[in-house]
Amino acid sequence: MSAPVDYLPIIMQLLVALGFVALTMGITHLIGPKRKTTDVKLTAFESGIEVIGNARQPFSIKYFVVAILFVLFDVEVIFMYPWAVNFREFGLNGLIEMFIFMGTLLLGFIYVIKKKALEWD
Amino acid sequence: MELEFLIEKTALVLVLFVLTLTIAAYSTWAERKVAAWLQDRVGPNRAGPFGLLQPLADGGKMFFKEEIIPSGANKYLFIAGPSLALLVSFLGTAVIPFGQNIEIFGRVVPLQVTDINVGILYIFGVVSLGVYGIMIGGWASNNKYSLMGAIRGASQNISYEIAMGLSIIALLMVTNTLSFKEIAAQQHGWHWNVLYQPLGFLIFLICAFAETNRVPFDLPECETELIGGYQTEYSAFKMGAYMFAEYINMFVSSVVMAVLYFGGYNYPGMDAVNQALGPTWSPLIGVGVMFFKIIAFIFFFMWVRWTVPRFRYDQLMDLGWKVLIPLAIANIVITAIVIVGFDLFNKL
Repeated sequence: MSAPVDYLPIIMQLLVALGFVALTMGITHLIGPKRKTTDVKLTAFESGIEVIGNARQPFSIKYFVVAILFVLFDVEVIFMYPWAVNFREFGLNGLIEMFIFMGTLLLGFIYVIKKKALEWD
Repeated sequence: MELEFLIEKTALVLVLFVLTLTIAAYSTWAERKVAAWLQDRVGPNRAGPFGLLQPLADGGKMFFKEEIIPSGANKYLFIAGPSLALLVSFLGTAVIPFGQNIEIFGRVVPLQVTDINVGILYIFGVVSLGVYGIMIGGWASNNKYSLMGAIRGASQNISYEIAMGLSIIALLMVTNTLSFKEIAAQQHGWHWNVLYQPLGFLIFLICAFAETNRVPFDLPECETELIGGYQTEYSAFKMGAYMFAEYINMFVSSVVMAVLYFGGYNYPGMDAVNQALGPTWSPLIGVGVMFFKIIAFIFFFMWVRWTVPRFRYDQLMDLGWKVLIPLAIANIVITAIVIVGFDLFNKL
């Protein structure tokens, strides 16, 4: 078992990393050269031609579908962690129950593929 | 809680921090040397002997460059992106055991920053935070290439996270614990998990390449299509922060693979060495073995980068969703049946 005090070193590591990042970002901001810049220099890079519009525009819906599917499947994965750690104690019954659950998951997965939700053409 | 505990942990955290930085810096040097060697070139050789001071020169250069924030960019998020990417990459090593308990001046010190009983979940949580750095930075740049790189990176990372999580489940069924310390201790001698989970290791390895955005899965920053991907608009140290984060992530995934599948600090014949050298010196040999494995994995990352061409995006997604996830589920089913079968057989 781990006690709350076991999490203290993680906070220490977080503070060290945070200090390093803040320090380096601050220092490079201070010691880097500051030249007078033109507006052209500060435009977004588009291979040297003039910028058309900006990047705040819609993108392919496919990425959204992937994100939704990720949420669904990742919850299942997290659900299986406690089972995997203890599954020897559950024996054959626990195994069969989990296979039923995984079968349902797999059905959903087959449905997703049949619906061509993951086709990228 | 005593003072010694605080001092011990602070020392460990600082040593680990410096070590991570050094390994990440010298990975940039090693990457170019390995590339040069594979392509029959010389590689960096001007700064110091064998170009060994090259990382310092590069770092210095990044500090003294002009930083440019595009006028269309969202300024705060533009800075937050690389900061977050670098910050979270440092956190993963906190739960890793780098060796057995070592005895210093009569005090037993674990060579691990902290042993929490949800170590694997912690690593997964921290690693998946890395995607926010890419996503925020790419979106805030307000550049079309950056945006495409960012959404590619996000959807690639989340896709491979599922297969990675599933491959770990089969491993957990073998180990029955989430604590890295116990997993490492179980692999005493040569009982490395890769012998019990070869398929799981292969899936984990492929996912590690995808999670760290390394070739052949470096589509978020693929130069030929997206200029620099999510880091197109970055300059000076912010660009360096992204690069550093990538190399630290590579180090962290090598560490995780070494501990989970390749026995960490364990090596055949370690009992004899433990007896011969005593509790102060023998753990150091274990640490050496551990770092040998880590460096071997880092070398493997580089070797693959300079030999395998990049995937196309639909191939990448098909591999993740239609090959690795079914394979990982099959691996879980087979592992479960074998383990339960053995348990039932032993009861008879």
